[in-house]
Amino acid sequence: MDKKRREFLKIAGVSTLAGLGGIAVAERFVSGASPASSRAETGVEPGLGSSQVTNPKDTTPTKRLGMVIDLSRFKNDPSLVGKVISACHTNHNVPNFPDEEDAVKWVSGIDYEIAFGEQSPDYTEVLVLCNHCDNPPCVEDCPTRATFIDNNGIVAIDYHRCIGCRFCVAACPYGMRSFNWRDPREGLDMNTLNREFPTRRRGVVENCNFCAERLGRGQMPACVEVTSEARAIVVGDLNDPNSEINIILGSTETKQRMPLLGTNPSVFYIV
Amino acid sequence: MNGNNKSIKTGLILFVLFLTLPQDANLCVLPAEQMRVEHMQLLNVWRDDVLRTGDRSLIEIDGKRYPKSLQNACMKCHTSKKEFCDQCHINTSVTLSCWDCHLSPIE
Repeated sequence: MDKKRREFLKIAGVSTLAGLGGIAVAERFVSGASPASSRAETGVEPGLGSSQVTNPKDTTPTKRLGMVIDLSRFKNDPSLVGKVISACHTNHNVPNFPDEEDAVKWVSGIDYEIAFGEQSPDYTEVLVLCNHCDNPPCVEDCPTRATFIDNNGIVAIDYHRCIGCRFCVAACPYGMRSFNWRDPREGLDMNTLNREFPTRRRGVVENCNFCAERLGRGQMPACVEVTSEARAIVVGDLNDPNSEINIILGSTETKQRMPLLGTNPSVFYIV
Repeated sequence: MNGNNKSIKTGLILFVLFLTLPQDANLCVLPAEQMRVEHMQLLNVWRDDVLRTGDRSLIEIDGKRYPKSLQNACMKCHTSKKEFCDQCHINTSVTLSCWDCHLSPIE
């Protein structure tokens, strides 16, 4: 009896040791091998799916897209403002709510005095949109990094990340951001939507995206396209000294909105 | 009798044509089993590529090129949201927010 117990304990001890060692070896093997194999299997970089977001200051944009708006062309043809607004809003499924409190606007026409803080004998209505500032206060204030500067220098919003806190709406000194108080689909005709582009949902902030999706397809922004005959709007890379926009800026006197705030807008006006 | 024969013949010809027609896009971006498990990660990667890093490069499958897009790529082949998305998601009680903004094909 005694002998049997001794043998049993021996076997139990050895097998416990073997088991523990085996687990340790197996764990090491698994942890060493799995990331590489899963990456090879899926072809998807690990971690990317968890939507890592880079700090807007981490990467310096190689480009900085800007816009020059020639107000005299708009004065010659006052219908251009309406054309730009409808082209932009139909392209991006921007809802139309009659109540000004619910209104969502990517571009709009406002009084010269409100736009520039001074009076002008020559102009009444000015086309305004997101200035895609080089130093944007909205990006600084966004707590979720939903709004950021992309590679083209465009101040973009990731609607997947926007929590609707509206800090950016408060931060933008130009008032160029709109909050979706209502479900935007209530203000859209579902039959005439641009089905290549999404709508937004209630509770996110939206602004002009400089037609990033059109630029990606090699097209010009909708506002440029619709005013191309009058050549009222020119877009280009402000970081490229030889671009058309820089030649215009070098040879013509232009104006930015509220330049003293230090936001350095990328939208310029020929007054 | 003659008329019957004719219709059978045309039916047969149509049937043979239908069988031999080239089925466009038999391949998806990943094999079906993998897509079932990983489509949500892939969509997130696409979203970050397009929106954050500005990498709008097209994906080439079987000689055809597709943008990285749920609305403009996935749903162009899988044209029914009811059959392609809802069937599984309802079964597994997964609630999505995709269609709050993205437009599903008209059914």
